Amino acid sequence: MTAVETTFVKAINDGLARAMRADERVIVLGEDVAQGGPYTATAGLAQEFGTERVLNTPISEGAVCGVAIGAAQAGLRPVVEIMFIDFLTLALDQLVNQAAKAHFMSGGQLSVPLVLRTQGGAGGRAGAQHSQSLEAWLTHVPGLKVVMPSCAADAAGLLHSAIADPNPVVFVENKALYFRREMAPAEPAPVPLGRARTVRAGRDVTVVALSRLVGEALEAAEQLAQRGIEAEVIDPRTLTPLDLDTIVASVRRTEHVVVAHEAVCIGGFGAEITAELQAAAFDYLDAPIERVGAPFTPVPVSPGLEDAYRPGREQVYAAAMVALGRAQPDEPATEPSPIVSP
Amino acid sequence: MPAAWDGDAATTVLGTMWVIRCFEERVARLKRSFQVHGLIHLSIGGEGVAAGVCGQLREDDAVYSGHRAHGHAIAKGAPVDRVMAELMGRSDGLCRGLGGSMHLVDCEHGLMGATGVVGGNLPLALGTALAARRRGSDQVTVVFFGDGAVQAGHFNESVNLAALWELPLIFVCENNGVAEFTSRAEHSRVQRVSDVVAPYGFARDTVDGSDVPAVWDSFARMLEIARGGRGPLLLECLTHRRRGHYEGDAQDYRDPLAEAEWERRDPLARLQADALAQGWIDRPTVDALHSAALAEVERAVEFARASPFPELGVAAELVYARGPH
Repeated sequence: MTAVETTFVKAINDGLARAMRADERVIVLGEDVAQGGPYTATAGLAQEFGTERVLNTPISEGAVCGVAIGAAQAGLRPVVEIMFIDFLTLALDQLVNQAAKAHFMSGGQLSVPLVLRTQGGAGGRAGAQHSQSLEAWLTHVPGLKVVMPSCAADAAGLLHSAIADPNPVVFVENKALYFRREMAPAEPAPVPLGRARTVRAGRDVTVVALSRLVGEALEAAEQLAQRGIEAEVIDPRTLTPLDLDTIVASVRRTEHVVVAHEAVCIGGFGAEITAELQAAAFDYLDAPIERVGAPFTPVPVSPGLEDAYRPGREQVYAAAMVALGRAQPDEPATEPSPIVSP
Repeated sequence: MPAAWDGDAATTVLGTMWVIRCFEERVARLKRSFQVHGLIHLSIGGEGVAAGVCGQLREDDAVYSGHRAHGHAIAKGAPVDRVMAELMGRSDGLCRGLGGSMHLVDCEHGLMGATGVVGGNLPLALGTALAARRRGSDQVTVVFFGDGAVQAGHFNESVNLAALWELPLIFVCENNGVAEFTSRAEHSRVQRVSDVVAPYGFARDTVDGSDVPAVWDSFARMLEIARGGRGPLLLECLTHRRRGHYEGDAQDYRDPLAEAEWERRDPLARLQADALAQGWIDRPTVDALHSAALAEVERAVEFARASPFPELGVAAELVYARGPH
């Protein structure tokens, strides 16, 4: 298969166009989508498919999400864009109370073949209302599927599957991944929801990383390799459904685990992976599972503060060393824990 | 031509209203003996709006309702026995016992959803109307909501978007003057919902919801416009909520309506008297409609009681739809 140079955001754009060519029922709606949006994810779609299928909407996240849900229930295949995941808060009623429960509460009569694309992540100096990673909230809601691609090829393949899925799928992108040059197949292969990808094989420690942290984990793995430590990097790609089997199979071999994401550690999806792993692979674990995530603060805007906030390669490397008993864990935090014992 | 209000229409609407009235009164009794479950919101006093509006719709027209949904479901054609079974949490319920009183859905009869979140149904209705336009269909979407929903953000967002996109959609507001436990006057400076939407410029009307011919005629004119693919429109019906917000509500917040005043406002009594006076219907027919409604509701109770509760596995089975859509 021929590979071509592309970017994550181009892969999304191509994937949307491909889906719209293949199926008249696919429509795209959201703020500024007919102009391509702030990151060009929908660029050119209005020109090719017209503004009847690429609908600009007012800044009304709740209603726009609800319109997409109603349209999906009535036979269309809407892809709705919420420009920043921070604004998903305004659409959560529709997503959580309507979309996620429609199939269940109607006794199977309704289905909601909806894709809600959004993007999060820090690094843009945009402050705490344009930089969050809120995907864990969504994984707490039965009826939603949650997808978090880490590269262009997976973004294209997962978008295909998300649009084909008869359920509401939240497709969480990370803005820091959008414009890096990557190689991807010219004809993207569909990636089924619920199948993890082993990005790098290794025998010593398993790093389960989400979205932007996959690339960071690969860099950390190179650094670890220089010290003779071979890390296996696994990208779950979808959080709901989660391919636990692939992760457990790896942990049985490596017996050491690091779980890494950009979201705040406390209550993050890493906590769920960790809990699942201790239940499924307790006897294979040689050390406590290490977690990498952001500290329990809003995302700061000042460059030095934001850089310090944002977890990356160094934190993954350090966590792997701790998991392997090659370094001491951090001293207990001097600041008060947000979890207060009675 | 808008559908004419005549003897046939009056008789049909009266029959539907009797079924809703008998159903609701029976549900109130069943609630007291814990045979129907959860929060039960009855529509006594609003039957004329449900029957007058839904009585003019086609089966393939879409209706969305809110938490006070029994009347809308019955008027749209949902089988009474399956509605009752749903309230009792039985497997032969409309939604296999997974929806309950506030979440009735009957896609076969165009009841596309009811919701327990006030105002949460409004944007969904826009989506259905948008899909109808894309299909090139003349299907009309109607969304019922109360005056309490008007202060919610979804209402303004939805009205703005529906007006912007000129969707073939009719907003039907049942303004009973009280949102849950609190009067409208304590929630808003604007008493008429039709005034709230005035700046958007689409056709709107406020009628006495107890005056069924007025509901019928106003909705008939709106339906003709929406059927032609134009919209949105808003019909506000002023109604009286005869019972509490939900069954069991102590209603300390209001004085009960005097019986004489209720008789004056009761849409069913008014329509019946009007139809008799017009000579459209005679007393034996009126009695027969009432008896038939009572019998239908009793059959529904028997049907529901005979229906098994759902198997435990059904909950996990229905979290996700399966297969390609």
